[in-house]
Amino acid sequence: MLSETETQALLLSLRISAAAVAGSLPLALICALALARGRFPGKLLLDGLVHLPLVLPPVVVGYLLLVSLGTRAPVGAWLLQTFGIRLVFNWTGAAVAAAVVTFPFQVRAMRLALDAIDPGLEAAARSLGAPRLDVFCSITLPLMLPGIVGGAVTAFAASLGEFGAIITFVSNVPGETQTLPLAIYSAIQTPGNEAAAARLAALSIGLALGGLVLAELAARRARSFLGR
Amino acid sequence: MLDVDIRKRLGTFVLDVAFRGPERGVTALFGPSGSGKSSVVNGLAGLMRPDDGHVRVGTETFFDAPAGIDVAQHRRRVGYVFQDARLFPHLRVRDNLLYGFRRSPRAERRIDLDAVVGMLGIGHLLDRRPQALSGGERQRVALGRALLAQPRLLLLDEPLAALDAGRKAEILPYIERLRDDVQLPIVYVSHSVEEVARLADHVVVLDHGHVAAEGEVTQTMARLDLFPPDSPYEAGAVVPVHVLDHDENDGLTRLGFDGGVLIVPRFPTPEGTHLRVRIIARDVMLSLVRPIGVSALNILPAVVGDLRLGGDCYADVQISVGGTRLVSRITRRSAAHLQLAPGRAVFAVVKSVAIDGRPVEWSRNIDRAPK
Repeated sequence: MLSETETQALLLSLRISAAAVAGSLPLALICALALARGRFPGKLLLDGLVHLPLVLPPVVVGYLLLVSLGTRAPVGAWLLQTFGIRLVFNWTGAAVAAAVVTFPFQVRAMRLALDAIDPGLEAAARSLGAPRLDVFCSITLPLMLPGIVGGAVTAFAASLGEFGAIITFVSNVPGETQTLPLAIYSAIQTPGNEAAAARLAALSIGLALGGLVLAELAARRARSFLGR
Repeated sequence: MLDVDIRKRLGTFVLDVAFRGPERGVTALFGPSGSGKSSVVNGLAGLMRPDDGHVRVGTETFFDAPAGIDVAQHRRRVGYVFQDARLFPHLRVRDNLLYGFRRSPRAERRIDLDAVVGMLGIGHLLDRRPQALSGGERQRVALGRALLAQPRLLLLDEPLAALDAGRKAEILPYIERLRDDVQLPIVYVSHSVEEVARLADHVVVLDHGHVAAEGEVTQTMARLDLFPPDSPYEAGAVVPVHVLDHDENDGLTRLGFDGGVLIVPRFPTPEGTHLRVRIIARDVMLSLVRPIGVSALNILPAVVGDLRLGGDCYADVQISVGGTRLVSRITRRSAAHLQLAPGRAVFAVVKSVAIDGRPVEWSRNIDRAPK
């Protein structure tokens, strides 16, 4: 049903999205904790920075990534020289772009989950002899699981659809950085490829819908697990 | 021995509280909201750091300002039972119960799951989730969870306040069992005279951040100065009694106390049981001569002790019936008319039906009843 390049684009999209979510989840958790529980100067600034990709045009995100992580940009050059990591024109670069753009989704969901936790439960756990880290692992983390799962699924689905930041940062290389939306774009640009574009678009819609349904199911399951 | 002496300034509120409680048995922290009960509790649990003073439980020092000791909250092992049970919603009852147990030092485990489950009657709930429990069941599980953490001190912070009367009646016997079976100092915070009368051995009355009175429960609750007519609490005496016998024909029970016999509506408790009854001051009438032809069944010879005239129409009279103190609230006019004064012999008239038919189990250990 799908051609080889189309299958390739689908698998690449899934891989990039998975890497984007998995890679940014721990950082999102730290940010959510800092924003929900922390008290420090510059908290408002961090809040703004985290949510910036939500309102910035993705092209701008891609541009910023290019000027900071490109091979001739300071950080990019350092990464290349020290670790041999080259993000530009590489699928890992696409994952970084998708992660940055979908980062706010994860932080927001986690932060809401954290805010919903009764601090009295954590105080109770401490009174029962649990040190802080233990309380976090045994009480806080399980209780915010619905938020973590919901945020991750939403970010995954949004990553699948990321276009502007990826094409700007890592370009449109079939088999390397050409995700579903980029493949659709290419198909539309090529005369006589309307059928392929339609197929890929349908696939895209199916994936997005599936992702949202999955997110809702996961959230429901997590809620019933917590008895809410 | 529970030894508390803490001072803390919280905005304009100044907490300055010092008291001692028994090594075993219930010390009640009693007082209206805003009296500083919660601050004291938080100081005991380590949630609040006092500016000065000390907190000692048995041989352990939790806090000592001069010595610079402030034991971390999770190392104090204070079994804290909150008003809202605070069960962990993601854990089944069994794992809730074992949460503290698993974190307690192996060598100090004196009470195990089976003992706690038996004591609190929660065996059938172990595999349930907290959401599936009633309010009363939740509070029982919370009690068990605190006990299983092998606490050095049990802190019950208004554990019944969120429950309706029926649920309260369901839980109280379990707390009484706990008090009698567990070798622990228990601090019971309450603003309910009934709960304090029923459970406490020692009472600390707090008012505006200070200790207004402290002492053995029957002595303290009969003090006139603590419960003036304009206080939110009903003045009255707590009387330790034991069930002498039941009169099934008339549905009455005879209660023996230090000073005579009280006839009250049939109690459900068996003969020989030691318990406490509360006799409300407004239900005690005074007479200079032994009244005849009255419906009240309890006519007790008494001697006037203390007398306290209010600014309004009331007069509170403390009377001794044998070794027992009762309180009578009458009008100032009556007090003047009867020429009541310390040492005057009177008769106290107590209506049988005025005494609460839901008795309070004093203790299964007779030696703990007052001499």
